[in-house]
Amino acid sequence: MSFDASSARGDLILTRITKEYGDFKAVDDLSLTIPKGSFFALLGPSGCGKTTTLRMIAGLEEPTVGSIHLGETDITTTKPYQRPINTVFQNYALFPHLTIFENIAFGLRRRGVKDVDAEVNKVLNLVELPHLAGRKPTQLSGGQQQRIALARAIVNRPALLLLDEPLGALDLKLRRQMQIELKWIQKEVGLTFVHVTHDQEEAMTMADTIAVMNEGQIEQMGSPADLYDNPETAFVANFLGQSNLIKGTISGNDGDSLVADLYGQKISLPKNRSHATDNSIYAGIRPEKFRISLLNTPVSGNVLSGGRIEDVSYIGVSTQYQVAMPWGQELIVFEQNDDGVAPFNKGDAVNISWAPIFTFALRGDEDVTAGSEVIPEVLDEE
Amino acid sequence: MGKIRTPYLLLLPGFGFLFTFFILPILNLAQTSTQTPVGGGDTGQYEQTFRFQNYIDAFIENKEQFARSFIYAIIATVLALIISYPLAYAIAFKSGKYKNFLLVLVVAPFFTSFLLRTVAWKQILGEEGFVVPTLRSLGIISQSTTLTSTSFAVVMGMTYNFLPFMTLPLYASIDRIDPRTLEASGDLYANAFTTFRKVTLPLSMPGVVAGTLLTFIPAAGDYVNASILGSPNTKMIGNVIESRYFKIVDYPTAAALSFTLMAAILILVTIYIRKAGTEELV
Repeated sequence: MSFDASSARGDLILTRITKEYGDFKAVDDLSLTIPKGSFFALLGPSGCGKTTTLRMIAGLEEPTVGSIHLGETDITTTKPYQRPINTVFQNYALFPHLTIFENIAFGLRRRGVKDVDAEVNKVLNLVELPHLAGRKPTQLSGGQQQRIALARAIVNRPALLLLDEPLGALDLKLRRQMQIELKWIQKEVGLTFVHVTHDQEEAMTMADTIAVMNEGQIEQMGSPADLYDNPETAFVANFLGQSNLIKGTISGNDGDSLVADLYGQKISLPKNRSHATDNSIYAGIRPEKFRISLLNTPVSGNVLSGGRIEDVSYIGVSTQYQVAMPWGQELIVFEQNDDGVAPFNKGDAVNISWAPIFTFALRGDEDVTAGSEVIPEVLDEE
Repeated sequence: MGKIRTPYLLLLPGFGFLFTFFILPILNLAQTSTQTPVGGGDTGQYEQTFRFQNYIDAFIENKEQFARSFIYAIIATVLALIISYPLAYAIAFKSGKYKNFLLVLVVAPFFTSFLLRTVAWKQILGEEGFVVPTLRSLGIISQSTTLTSTSFAVVMGMTYNFLPFMTLPLYASIDRIDPRTLEASGDLYANAFTTFRKVTLPLSMPGVVAGTLLTFIPAAGDYVNASILGSPNTKMIGNVIESRYFKIVDYPTAAALSFTLMAAILILVTIYIRKAGTEELV
C-alpha cells in the first residue's frame, strides 16, 4: 500500500531495518531515531550500508524487513514522490535539459505551489547564485552545481533533507567552505539534515550526532566529541582519527578508576570509559594526548617508560613521532609546536605520559586493525 | 599557408567521391527532368526543351501514390517508434548483463538480405503461414480476408524493416540518461508518468528525432515492401519511379518525380526538426 505522506512531520524512526540483496545483507537489523531539526551524519567506509540506509529513507529502496516512521506516519512502502523528503544526490543529478531556475522550480511545480518565482528566487539568494537562474547545469562549476542541488531540495522545505556524499566531488578547499556553509544553511532553514559520508572530518565538522556504520550495523552513535574521546570499539577508535591501542589486563579497582597493567607498567583509567567485558583489555590513547619527556624530567599522570624515538616528522602545527616501546609496539604521538622547544631527536630515550582521563578501554578480543585499513578516498558505494 | 591547406587536402577524397557520385548524377537528373521525347525518335530518346510542365504533369498524374507514400511512411514511423521506445528503454535501463546480447539481436536482421526478409513476410502473412489461420480461427478476421497484397502488409513490412533504424538511435539517447536524474525526479514529487513526460522523454528527444528521420526518409522512398507485399492498389511513389525508369523508359517523368519526392521530404523534415528542436515539446 502506498499513500500520500507528504504532510508527515516529526522524528525519523527506523525500526529493525534489514536490506538484503540475494545473500548479501547491506543493512542488518538497524534501529535508529533521528530527532527533528538535527544535523545527523551516517559515517562509514564504502559498503557499510550507509547509502542503502539513505536510499530506504528516500524511498528509492524498500527494506526487506523493518519499518520506517516519520513522526506517527509509517512511510516504509510510500513512494519517493509521496514523502516529504528530498535528497541532494551524489554528483547532484541536476536535470541537464532544464535551466537552473526550472531545476529548482521542479518540485514546487509538481506540488502545485502558487508563487514559484518568489520561492525560487529566495533560495537562489540563500545559496548566493541568483545570477545563474537562466543557465543550464553544464555551464556551472562543480561547487555551483552542488549549491543548486541543495537549493533544489531545500526549496521544498522537506521534513527531512538527505545528503548523499554531497561534497565528494569537490576539491579540498571548496569542501571545507561548503561544510561551513551547509551547517549555516541548516541552522538558517531549520530542517532535519541526514548526511551520508565516508569522510570522518566532514561528519565531525557538520553533524550534531554521528552514527558510525560498519557492515550494515551501527557501531556507535553519539556527538563527535563522544565518539572521538570515548570510542566503544576498535573500529570507531581507528575510523575516527588515529588511536594507540595497547594490550593489557585490568589488575585493580580504585574508586571511579580502574588500574590496568600494560606489559608490566601500571596505569589508571576512568571506569566510565571502559567497554571491556572481562579483565583482558586494549587501552586506547589518542596520539595528541601523549606527552613525550626525556628520562630525567619529572612527569605526572600515567607514564609508560622505556621508549625510544624511532621517527620524527615535522608537519607545521605539530610534530609527529613514532616511539618504539620495550614490548615491540610503535606508538604514535602528536606534539603541538607551541612551546618553542626543539623537537626530540631520533634515538632519544624517552618516557610517554598522559592524563588518565584520556584513556579508554576496549575489549581485549577486538581486532585492533578494524577500521584502520579502509581507504576513505573511495567514493562510490555500490 | 601549408597548415591552412591541410584540412582541405584531407577533405579532398570525400569531396571527390561526392562530386562524382552525387553532385554529377543529381545535375544529370535535373537536366533529364525537363526533357521531352525527340519527335519521331525511338523510345528512350529525349532532348532538352526545359519543359517545367513535366513536374506538374508528373505530380498530378501520381498524387495518389505520393499521398500513399507519406501516409504509409508516417504510419510505419509511428508504429516503429511505439515498438522501439519501450524496447530501447528496457535495453538501456533494465537489461543488465544481457544489454550487448539484446543489441546484437536488434541488429541481427541485417545479417540477411533486405529482400529476403521482405519475402519472408510474404510467407508469414500468406495463406500457408500461421498468422492468417490463427486470426481466422479467433474470429478476428473473416474467413475470406487475406493479409498479403494489402496496405496492412506493406506498412507491417516497412515497420519491420526499418525498426533497427529507430531502435538504435533511441537506445543511444536513452542509455546516456543518468538514472539518478530519474530518481531525482521521483524524489521531487513527480510520479512515474510525470517523470517520463518531464525528464525521460525530453532527454531522449535527440534519439526520437534521429530515429524518426532515419525511419521516415527511407520509408517514404521505399518501393521494395510495396512491390513484394502489396498490390497495384498499394503502389507508392518509389514503385512509380522504378517502373517509369526501368519499364516505361520515361526518364523525364521519373526524374521529375524523384526531385518532387526529395523536395517534399526535405520540407517535411525541416519543419519537423524546427518544431522538435526549438519548441518545448512537453
